[in-house]
Amino acid sequence: MTGNAVLAEGLTKRYGEKPALDGLDLAVRRGAVHGLLGPNGAGKTTAVRILATLLRPDGGRAAVAGRDVVREPVRVRRRIGWTGQYAAVDGILTGRQNLEMFGRLFHLGARRARDRATELLEQFGLGDAAGRQARTYSGGMRRRLDLAAGLILAPDVLFLDEPTTGLDPRSRNEVWEAVRSLAATGTTVLLTTQYLDEADRLADRITVIDRGRSIADGTPAELKRQVGGDGIHVVLRSAADLPRAAGAVARVAADGVPPTQDEAERRVGAPVTDGVAALAEVARILHDAGIGVEDIGLRRPTLDEVFLRLTGHHAAGTEAGEEEVAAV
Amino acid sequence: MSAGTVLHIPHGGGRRPEHAGPDGDGTPARRLYWALADCWTIVRRDLTHTVKQPVNIVWQLGFPVVSVLLFVYVLGSAMVVGDGVDYTTFAMPGIFAMTVSFGFMNTAMIVAIDRERGVTDRFRSLPMAPSAVVSGRGVSDMISAGLDLAALAAIALTVGWRSSGGLPATLAAFGLLLLLRFALTWIGVFLGLLVPNQEMAGGLYALAFPFAMISSVFTPPSKMPDWLGAVARWNPVSSTANAVRELFGNPAATGGSWVEAHAVLMAVVWPVVLTAVFLPLAVRRFQRLSR
Ligand SMILES: Nc1ncnc2c1ncn2[C@@H]1O[C@H](COP(=O)(O)OP(=O)(O)O)[C@@H](O)[C@H]1O
Ligand SMILES: [Mg+2]
Repeated sequence: MTGNAVLAEGLTKRYGEKPALDGLDLAVRRGAVHGLLGPNGAGKTTAVRILATLLRPDGGRAAVAGRDVVREPVRVRRRIGWTGQYAAVDGILTGRQNLEMFGRLFHLGARRARDRATELLEQFGLGDAAGRQARTYSGGMRRRLDLAAGLILAPDVLFLDEPTTGLDPRSRNEVWEAVRSLAATGTTVLLTTQYLDEADRLADRITVIDRGRSIADGTPAELKRQVGGDGIHVVLRSAADLPRAAGAVARVAADGVPPTQDEAERRVGAPVTDGVAALAEVARILHDAGIGVEDIGLRRPTLDEVFLRLTGHHAAGTEAGEEEVAAV
Repeated sequence: MSAGTVLHIPHGGGRRPEHAGPDGDGTPARRLYWALADCWTIVRRDLTHTVKQPVNIVWQLGFPVVSVLLFVYVLGSAMVVGDGVDYTTFAMPGIFAMTVSFGFMNTAMIVAIDRERGVTDRFRSLPMAPSAVVSGRGVSDMISAGLDLAALAAIALTVGWRSSGGLPATLAAFGLLLLLRFALTWIGVFLGLLVPNQEMAGGLYALAFPFAMISSVFTPPSKMPDWLGAVARWNPVSSTANAVRELFGNPAATGGSWVEAHAVLMAVVWPVVLTAVFLPLAVRRFQRLSR
């Protein structure tokens, strides 16, 4: 057996004239958390649905946990968990009834289905809400119930399609925690996302897809190096301080890149490798030197910049511009 | 409820549930066992829905009950279907037949909702018997139709309707009603998978209404214009309505055409034909969800 939990070669799928997948190649190592990153309409959902045996590809082949998804769908289904882009739980049933039903349909038998439901409800912090109808749950709770349903058999491979889209920050953190702890136990996770930030935090490896094809593949660090990494910027109270501030920024700049200076905006900036340390260092130096600072922050490459760099066109559905991820 | 509680997901060792059975499709006997067990799991889910949403039963029975009151008390005295025919005993079997013929809209609605909310996809991602999603629907529909008919029969008895056909014939009549409902389930599943969303499924009432009404349910086709009467006479709903009238010993007021003279036969033939056409279509539609 290979070291790949998921291996897809040349997957194609078209709806009418328009290809949703246009020869997608994808390899996910066993035990890895792999991010499938791409803008809306890139083909992420289509790819995951094919791998989860919900959709037949028009061409190409794919194996999950060593089984062909087209020829041995039932064997694949015994080894995977799937959580779709929208929570697919039964709102009329209680949380417990949902998990028991899915457990029975995984052929656990009534007793083990019940025990497994109890375990999962506890683990996902739904113990108190177990007896309530799922339609009364918050979005985050429903997501967690959906995730639990995908984990009934402790799957070898878990597919998560945009698991945090539409969640509030707290629920998002909870889902991230769940994914991390799963990964720590050896489950392979393939998750799709539109956010570089999310892929960055969770994934060991990222495949960037656009228009149904893989356009880049690597660790988050490798990808970010391709687009230049984090940058620091400082806006001063007085333009007269620019040379001194540039000196401070130069001390933290990556690979000795000279800082950029903008007189009109009283701004100094430079790419950095360890953003947070650089931010603290520059803030300290400027403070000690008594230089008045209006704004200071880190600037992380956005998905759109990654796309611009990799494809030469803007990602559909995302805004161009910078994203302030940390400001002091 | 804190995020920290999420941190202990069992994996490996004794706590990890094993895959059920050998890793294959198993023997035919095992496959049959799981097909039945999975079907039952789906039926239990549907029954839970019924119990948790009793208001749905009220909705489902609303129209037939209003029809009983309307035709028996409001319009009944003005309706003349034949010499000395009591309208209540004529209309009541028709209302039974109408109730089962509306039932499939319910099926279509449930199927459309499940598909729209992703529940159908969740089922399809599981290693369960795929047939269970469809067969479970069929069994649940039979149970809910049985409940509908029982409630309606109680109301019918209250307003003075009686079966004079004896127990075996009366039971056979209810059997024929359920048979029609069974056949229409597959039309419901087929249509539910065909429409893009539940709003459109709701719009299918525009189809169900004439289907149930252009029939012998409330009026004998002989009183309709020729062309409409012919349509009504050959409507499967008419065959079932006339057949149960015959079995209940209630007046049928038929005009003596072949299809009316062989109502009981046609009340078996129509559902068999409809099932033979629409069950495969429904199954194919279900399989095509993976297109
Ligand atoms: N059922 C469908 N019918 C028609 N077009 C579809 C269907 N599903 C997806 N598509 C199209 O295929 C492309 C890829 O969609 P999808 O896989 O959902 O992308 P993503 O999940 O990355 O947003 C899009 O252009 C989308 O409009
Ligand atoms: Mg998607």
